[in-house]
Amino acid sequence: MDGQPLTEAEIISRIVAGERELFHALIKSCERAVFLTAYSVLKSEADAEEVVQEAALKAYKALGSFRGEAKFSTWLVKITLNEARMRLRRSRSESEISLQEFTDDGDSDYTPAVLTDWREIPSEALDRKELREILQRALDELPEMYREVLISRDVREMNIQETAHLLGISEGMVKTRLFRARLMMQKMLAPELRMQGWKGTKG
Amino acid sequence: MVLDCKHVWREISNYIDGDLDPSVLASMEKHLAHCRHCAAVLDSTRNIVYLIADERTFALPSGFSERLHARLEGELEKSEPAAR
Repeated sequence: MDGQPLTEAEIISRIVAGERELFHALIKSCERAVFLTAYSVLKSEADAEEVVQEAALKAYKALGSFRGEAKFSTWLVKITLNEARMRLRRSRSESEISLQEFTDDGDSDYTPAVLTDWREIPSEALDRKELREILQRALDELPEMYREVLISRDVREMNIQETAHLLGISEGMVKTRLFRARLMMQKMLAPELRMQGWKGTKG
Repeated sequence: MVLDCKHVWREISNYIDGDLDPSVLASMEKHLAHCRHCAAVLDSTRNIVYLIADERTFALPSGFSERLHARLEGELEKSEPAAR
């Protein structure tokens, strides 16, 4: 593309008018967001990837009906979330659903792992695959509703309002689930992580 | 306002987000200054939040983008988006 950059609305109009190739650029800017959204529901990279492809195709076909009230990425993320949830429902057994509902017990106590001190793990330690895998595994262990909120807030770094809007829950519910999700992560991870001296070296 | 440890844990997430009333915040800080357990819970939770926010922790699978655009390519050739 040459000339001055097009606005999102202009790109969309031109795609609908026939410049189909421009759709690639539109998708490029939100790949990570849509992947993480699908992953937050499905916790499988392969399934998430398929869902992203389906959602992108769906968005392309429906592009003429996109009204531009929200950003394209917000719209695509919503489509992706719905696709991912539908896929999960199709694949999940009854017993897992009831277990999921059980964990929504609002009166449960959420207690952290109590430590006497904490030695900071620097972000350079993320160069080590081992650490990344420990974090990913812990996230996979969370019940879906907590993982969705945690990925929106702490991985995608959306604000409370955006998260509430995307997931169709109240802002108060976002905060409650986030508090529980963060404490569950702390409980799972802190005892394991503190056993090692994490330095920013290879691995 | 005096907070016990359990109350502090409930507010740790809001504390990390800077989303607390000034009176609760003051009570939290008072508690944290004296309770090394809660201070360690806060430090570890905040550390974990920073680590999972790092782009390296949840990177796209390798080849993700190429496969997505290849799939789109095929579809874009076949069909056009429905008109407005």
